[in-house]
Amino acid sequence: MSIFDQISAWLSDPDHWKTTLGIAGIPQRLAEHVQYTVLAVVIAAVIAIPLGAYIGHTGRGGTLVVGIVNSFRALPELGLLILLVLVMGLALALEAVTIALVLLAIPVLLAGTYAGVRNVDRAAVDAARGMGMSEWQVLVKVELPNALPLIFGALRSATLQVIATATIAAVVSLGGFGRYVIDGNSQREFDQMAAGAVLIAALAIVAELLLAGVQWLVVSPGLRKNSRGRARVR
Amino acid sequence: MIEFQSVTKRYDDGTVAVDELDLTIDDGKITVLVGPSGCGKTTSLRMINRMVEASSGTILVDGADIRSQRPAALRRGIGYVIQNAGLFPHRTVLDNIATVPILLGTKKAAARRRAEELLDTVGLPRELAKRYPAQLSGGQQQRVGVARALAADPPVLLMDEPFSAVDPVVRDDLQEELLRLQSELGKTIVFVTHDIDEAIKLGDKVAVLRVGGKLAQYDTPATLLAKPVDDFVAGFVGRDRGYRALGFLSAHGVEVAPLSTLTLGEPAPVVTGWTVVVDERRRPLGWLSAKSTVEGEIRSADLVAGGSLYVADSTAAGSLRAALDSALSSPSGTGIAVDAEGAVVGGVTADSVLKVLDAARRSGEVPS
Repeated sequence: MSIFDQISAWLSDPDHWKTTLGIAGIPQRLAEHVQYTVLAVVIAAVIAIPLGAYIGHTGRGGTLVVGIVNSFRALPELGLLILLVLVMGLALALEAVTIALVLLAIPVLLAGTYAGVRNVDRAAVDAARGMGMSEWQVLVKVELPNALPLIFGALRSATLQVIATATIAAVVSLGGFGRYVIDGNSQREFDQMAAGAVLIAALAIVAELLLAGVQWLVVSPGLRKNSRGRARVR
Repeated sequence: MIEFQSVTKRYDDGTVAVDELDLTIDDGKITVLVGPSGCGKTTSLRMINRMVEASSGTILVDGADIRSQRPAALRRGIGYVIQNAGLFPHRTVLDNIATVPILLGTKKAAARRRAEELLDTVGLPRELAKRYPAQLSGGQQQRVGVARALAADPPVLLMDEPFSAVDPVVRDDLQEELLRLQSELGKTIVFVTHDIDEAIKLGDKVAVLRVGGKLAQYDTPATLLAKPVDDFVAGFVGRDRGYRALGFLSAHGVEVAPLSTLTLGEPAPVVTGWTVVVDERRRPLGWLSAKSTVEGEIRSADLVAGGSLYVADSTAAGSLRAALDSALSSPSGTGIAVDAEGAVVGGVTADSVLKVLDAARRSGEVPS
């Protein structure tokens, strides 16, 4: 039996889809994985988007953003998580995982928001101010709406990274699809391990499609690339 | 009325952008600030709506110090048009135009109705209302920019090099449009440009600034061309200023002599000199050369291209410059005068233009 047949056999086994005798099925693992992801992305967004918008609007602290992004890019997630659990204790494993994932998502969102706000046509911003918008109105009515494509790009990228990395929650005895990968590895059940990887990839694709759909609804048609008749004649 | 009273702008690094500027800008007129880069013209403009704060001195708008109002409130009462229009990419044309009325608390529906009217005012079709800025040409964007500045009907309009990023043909259109609009609206317009020709064409008065932010000369365009105060202004006003000054003198009185014409498709007679060929509505198509050997019907291929046309309407005679140019650019040496419909009414010669100029000089019409 090829690995693909094994994966499909594992995934189509009805026992793996229900929770029996305290062994969680796929729906529960999915719920856990989504929970870790949403929690981390939302917290990171609440921190990084306002901060990035502020830095982008004022232009102060741009070098700080670059520094943070670069240094966090080299962060070893697994090592960080284990360190956090050692410090905080296994009872706070969920908090530790959330912190590790938030730290993963912040640099991406911060850089995306900062770049998005910074790249808004300076003439439009000058016009907004010159027509009598307050600084807050300039940010909320002009800069942020025009930064949305880049902010969404960052949000999608951060979400994908968090979904992939949330696998490590299983290392500190939490759930999520990572369970299958970690358990499959330790029990030498490679069909289980591979099926876990497939589930994580599928979740990532679904999340990407969902966010792309939201982006299409939220971002002004005037900012869409290749929109009908979009020809800049100067 | 906008008054600059010894206004200075000094930046933190010590550069002086504007130096002790005293300037009175008349109501209902177009005042152009012009000068080379680094002369502080844009800084001066932006100090009026406090986009730049003056270091010292006072600016009064209708007698009130601009610092007596919060910047945002002040700016909502002053129209602002900039280079490249600065439209909001995420908003439709209509919502761009409705921006300031909505900031001022007008209901959205009312603001949009007003915005639709403004599309007519600036000469744009209403079909563009739902488009986004990226779907417009540069000239259209700039018209939307002007409409947006007019939306709240401010008495003062600040225009910072609004037409310098569009191509020359479109720029010419936009300039004509601005003059037409101004004849209807009578706003107080402060206009910044680095293009002296644009300044002379648009300005009721022109302020020439020199590098370092000092006012060099503040006069009507005709006076600026005739009597530049010094070498800097003369140099900046540029070449051919004697010729360009003719643009301010009416060609009233220039003799329009009868001109023999032929109609396209007619059999060619034995030509005795340069002859204008016209279409069936007497609009000029070109010249038949004095040395022409055409036999049979005259076809367009037989014609020599004509020069510029001098529009000699009975209500508004053109300028001496237009009359002289038509004569100078014509292959025959005789300029073609046409009426408002474009039909040939006669010919003008350089001599007849110079005679009128001479008379004008003697009667003191020409500043000297």
